[in-house]
Amino acid sequence: MPATSELRVEVTVVGGGPAGLSSALTAAHAGLRVALVDAGSRLGGQFWRHPDPQSLAPGQAESDGQHSWRVFERMRAQLRGFIATGRVLHLAGHTAWSIERGESASVVRLTRSWDAVQLIAGSVRSEHVILCPGGYDRQLPVPGWTVPGVMAAGGVQALVKNGGRLDGRRAVVTGTGPFLLPVAAALTRAGATVVAVCEANPPSAWLTGTGSVLRMPSKIAEALEFGLVLGRHRIPYRTRTAVTRIHGTDHVEGVTLSRVRADGGIVPSAGARSHLEVDLVALGWGFTPDLGLAVAAGAEVRRDVDGSLVAVVDDDYRSSVAGLSIAGEATGVGGAMMAVHEGELAASAVASETGVGVGPARAARLRRAIARERAFARAMHGASALPAGWTAWLDPDTVVCRCEEVSAGDIRNACGDLGADDARTVKALTRAGMGWCQGRVCGFATCEVTASCAARSSTADDLRAMSKRVLASPVRLGDLAASDDTQGPR
Amino acid sequence: MSAEVVIVVDGAPVIARAGTSVAVALTETGRLAWRTTRFGGAPRGLFCGIGVCYDCLVEIDGAPAQRACIVPVADGMKVNTRAGHE
Ligand SMILES: Cc1cc2nc3c(=O)[nH]c(=O)nc-3n(C[C@H](O)[C@H](O)[C@H](O)COP(=O)(O)OP(=O)(O)OC[C@H]3O[C@@H](n4cnc5c(N)ncnc54)[C@H](O)[C@@H]3O)c2cc1C
Ligand code: FES
Repeated sequence: MPATSELRVEVTVVGGGPAGLSSALTAAHAGLRVALVDAGSRLGGQFWRHPDPQSLAPGQAESDGQHSWRVFERMRAQLRGFIATGRVLHLAGHTAWSIERGESASVVRLTRSWDAVQLIAGSVRSEHVILCPGGYDRQLPVPGWTVPGVMAAGGVQALVKNGGRLDGRRAVVTGTGPFLLPVAAALTRAGATVVAVCEANPPSAWLTGTGSVLRMPSKIAEALEFGLVLGRHRIPYRTRTAVTRIHGTDHVEGVTLSRVRADGGIVPSAGARSHLEVDLVALGWGFTPDLGLAVAAGAEVRRDVDGSLVAVVDDDYRSSVAGLSIAGEATGVGGAMMAVHEGELAASAVASETGVGVGPARAARLRRAIARERAFARAMHGASALPAGWTAWLDPDTVVCRCEEVSAGDIRNACGDLGADDARTVKALTRAGMGWCQGRVCGFATCEVTASCAARSSTADDLRAMSKRVLASPVRLGDLAASDDTQGPR
Repeated sequence: MSAEVVIVVDGAPVIARAGTSVAVALTETGRLAWRTTRFGGAPRGLFCGIGVCYDCLVEIDGAPAQRACIVPVADGMKVNTRAGHE
């Protein structure tokens, strides 16, 4: 794509994960011309991230370690057909960094996800935009979490799915939720020894959601599969336990485990069992959607049951902004298959404005599936609560914002001495959330630490302040100046 | 299958599997950290693994601040870990 060109299509889909794939495919089936913008180089998003075929070792398959891979292969094959005929333009390695809505069209501006020469890469103009940006690991800071060798749990999964090997490493996986299990399995597959999986909640937390769990037999089968991996490799699964301190300076040397009480408080335990020698720590406290573009576009947002900020959408996945639909993780974290179903409904609603959607019978089936998946997600969030009072683990010098190196003490000073009582003010006073990642990593935690100073819970307003970014992705100023793409939407 | 490319990391050749990322290549040389932070001079390497946290920045072929975890390796690519993360 030439540097400053503007493409015109009927629908722009942002994100090539489960939701974006099914959105693009459904829109193309309905006869619409689609631009599929994806920051990654290969389709699949986070769930179906897979190695480049060139990097496969003998005997290794593209699908190793994947679930529902056949669903992906079918969608990818159909999409490739549409790409070949030109109905779908797949803009791989392109990141949407701004979205501007006019009366009848939106302009989505793009930058190359990586490039030595020039980052600005034109824009796409379309009547409809469907945002399927997914999310990333939600993080809670832990003393020592900036030491090399500590990674986000999803990041470990991504490294392994990209073909990375971790032979000889000793790992601990810690946090909350069922995602800790596939991460332990992935580590094992990549050659690491998993010393323990630590789940902060008691197993009984699932009891209240039994009904919705039983209606999702595929999830039970998955859990059993991972349980078998743990059993085969003798990996201890410790409940009511969390890593509350990571030791080491230029690399991880070990961790301190603590017992998590029923009320969420932490009992630092004494003795050998509370220390593990490891050189890799995977931290997973659930996922949180990437709402940068949605917030920038002015879409209404709310706090979901898991505490994360999500986009508000109607039954057809339309946001509060005309011409802007949102599907997948961004409307609430709930897994890949739900994202696929939401993407199809979102695109179907867009297509029915000008032609035909998927039809009432299919739509009803999708809605029933989503209702089941949503109920399961609620049970999962209920069973995967963050330990109450986790902010008390932090030392004053524990870094909360990794980019700007803002500590818990800095945030508490801003609240105590300088009188800040909301995340927006803390951000302005401390620069937390103003660095390279624009608050993606520390946003949630900064809101929680701020709220804990005021002895309250963090609010949607706190979270929105941390999601509001001037640019959804850094762009070089020189490139911006050189770009002659000055036309706004009409 | 499993074609190899050679990238140059801080002046020294490193063999990488074609199609993997710069971060995978660096990790497989045993490196955990490859840059230091602006204020505290603290070592950093891979954290989010998906292009979100900007902890893994390196200079690639003269372009500063590239995320090692999302950039695919290419034959002859020059990776400089000591510059370009400011
Ligand atoms: C690192 C990570 C690993 C995960 N691994 C698993 C797993 O192993 N098993 C599991 O059950 N669940 C996993 N999940 C959860 C899983 O990702 C979701 O349930 C599911 O993928 C959601 O689908 P989605 O389409 O909404 O989003 P995603 O799959 O996240 O896809 C979003 C896509 O949009 C792209 N994108 C985002 N913003 C932009 C932009 N501005 N411009 C262009 N492109 C953009 C991203 O690069 C990505 O390709 C993981 C999540 C993360 C963050
Ligand atoms: S590890 Fe987070 S951006 Fe590369």
